[in-house]
Amino acid sequence: MGVSDLTIAVPRGALFAGTLDRLERLGLDTAEVRANDRKLLFPRAGIVTMRPSDVPTYVEAGAADLGITGKDVLMEQSEREVYELLDLGYGECRMVLATVAGPDLASEALRRLGVMRVATKYPRIAANWLESTGRQAEIVEVKGSVELAPLTGLVEAIVDLTATGTTLRENGLVIREEIATSTARLIANPVAHKLKAAAIDGVLEVLRGG
Amino acid sequence: MIHPTPSGTRDVLPDEMRELRAITERLRSVFEAAGYGEVYTPALEYESELRPAGVSPAYRMFDAHGDVLVLRSDMTVPIARVAATRYGGVAPPLRFAYFAHAYRGVRAHRGQAREFLQAGIELIGSPAPEGTAEALAVLCGALDAVGLEGYRVGLGDAGLYPALLDGLGVPANVRGPLLHHLVMRDFVGVEREIARLGLDADAAALLLRVPQTRGGPEALEVAGEAVDGMRAVHALLAPAVAERVIFDLGLLRDLDYYTGAVFDVYDPALGVPIGGGGRYDDLLGRFGRPLPAVGFALNVERLHMALMGEERGAGQGEAGGAAAGEESGAGPWE
Repeated sequence: MGVSDLTIAVPRGALFAGTLDRLERLGLDTAEVRANDRKLLFPRAGIVTMRPSDVPTYVEAGAADLGITGKDVLMEQSEREVYELLDLGYGECRMVLATVAGPDLASEALRRLGVMRVATKYPRIAANWLESTGRQAEIVEVKGSVELAPLTGLVEAIVDLTATGTTLRENGLVIREEIATSTARLIANPVAHKLKAAAIDGVLEVLRGG
Repeated sequence: MIHPTPSGTRDVLPDEMRELRAITERLRSVFEAAGYGEVYTPALEYESELRPAGVSPAYRMFDAHGDVLVLRSDMTVPIARVAATRYGGVAPPLRFAYFAHAYRGVRAHRGQAREFLQAGIELIGSPAPEGTAEALAVLCGALDAVGLEGYRVGLGDAGLYPALLDGLGVPANVRGPLLHHLVMRDFVGVEREIARLGLDADAAALLLRVPQTRGGPEALEVAGEAVDGMRAVHALLAPAVAERVIFDLGLLRDLDYYTGAVFDVYDPALGVPIGGGGRYDDLLGRFGRPLPAVGFALNVERLHMALMGEERGAGQGEAGGAAAGEESGAGPWE
């Protein structure tokens, strides 16, 4: 049993190209995957493509044996029963708390109103961070551009992922706190980890090699 | 108009019930033939009576007298109570089987079952390795009887990792984060925490390698004397049982009453374990009758899913399930 017996969940988006580069080292032909934006299943390479936040869902259920996704996703979905096997090192970004530049409206709200409002796509990470730092917060979950929320007065702060900080800066936001750093991780289904041990260890060995 | 049942619970209708019954009847015959008498215990117990077991039930309620009642989260603890109280004067070993629903907490939208049917056995008063080998033989006999073909049994030892840490002189008060990451299956975190312990390179490599080691009997060579217990069990297994076993040095349980061998049942047709078990040599003592014990529970609904998955994958190559490659022509690739 080798890598060709595995189904691998690959995240589209920022981690896509880096992930395919790594998978090529395993001897998988990723040309078809790179050339095709809309197709989701690539049986020849044993690859399925999806949003990064869906990767743990597919891997936990065994619909994929292995998957690659960001640590940010794994932190947000910490109850998923998957093995986190390897820090792949690429796709580095930071989970930060940011507010509008200038006077810190979030601190003022906390001091005078007893609670700060925080918009995020990562409600669990945001709630844990604020709770662990002893602050009361009202978490507002949004699906789209989080930067909009403090600019319109919906909230005083956001918790979001940033790689370069450019989007935050362009929207007049400044980073106040760094919560965690995130990189791409290799995850495995617990049953596949036992029943396809040799194939998975082979993948680990190649990817660990740099 | 909709009238939902609580999430994680469901109504079972005749088609499904017929198939579930067929499975449980076959399991019951195997348990019976092996000398395991079926028992039933109340779904509700006094919280105070289960507290010695250290389990945290998901559902608590008050009765009219103000007593706190809980819904059982498994059958192992109630049967330990039965063995200690109703069989106080009976010479061991005691053999019990059960078919009963257990109750656990669930998270939203995860397809988790709040109420699920367990079928299992408890063998009380038979120490390792003989008792463990008997439980594994009954387990494999039961799975063979229902017609499950591709299953494997992962066999580990709950005491292995703590023993390794003892042997390397890692103090108990610095193990917390490391053990937490192990339970969370986060080997990146495990590696980071091992580096913090400041051990020499060989010791650090061993601590990282052992929990990721699984496979045939050769897997036991990684951990030396620490796995003598697993070797002893292996030596007692009939060939048909031994070939089903995967030695898994990383297998852990989050229930605190497991003491030695632990096992999980896997099938390639299902992404989650079908059942599991292990030794709980201290649990009976907490109810006042110290006896070594071992048991397992199969999740009947998951077993049913695996059987159906195998049926669908039949004739489509050995991998089966959604994970099969294109050669097999399995569902998602068509």
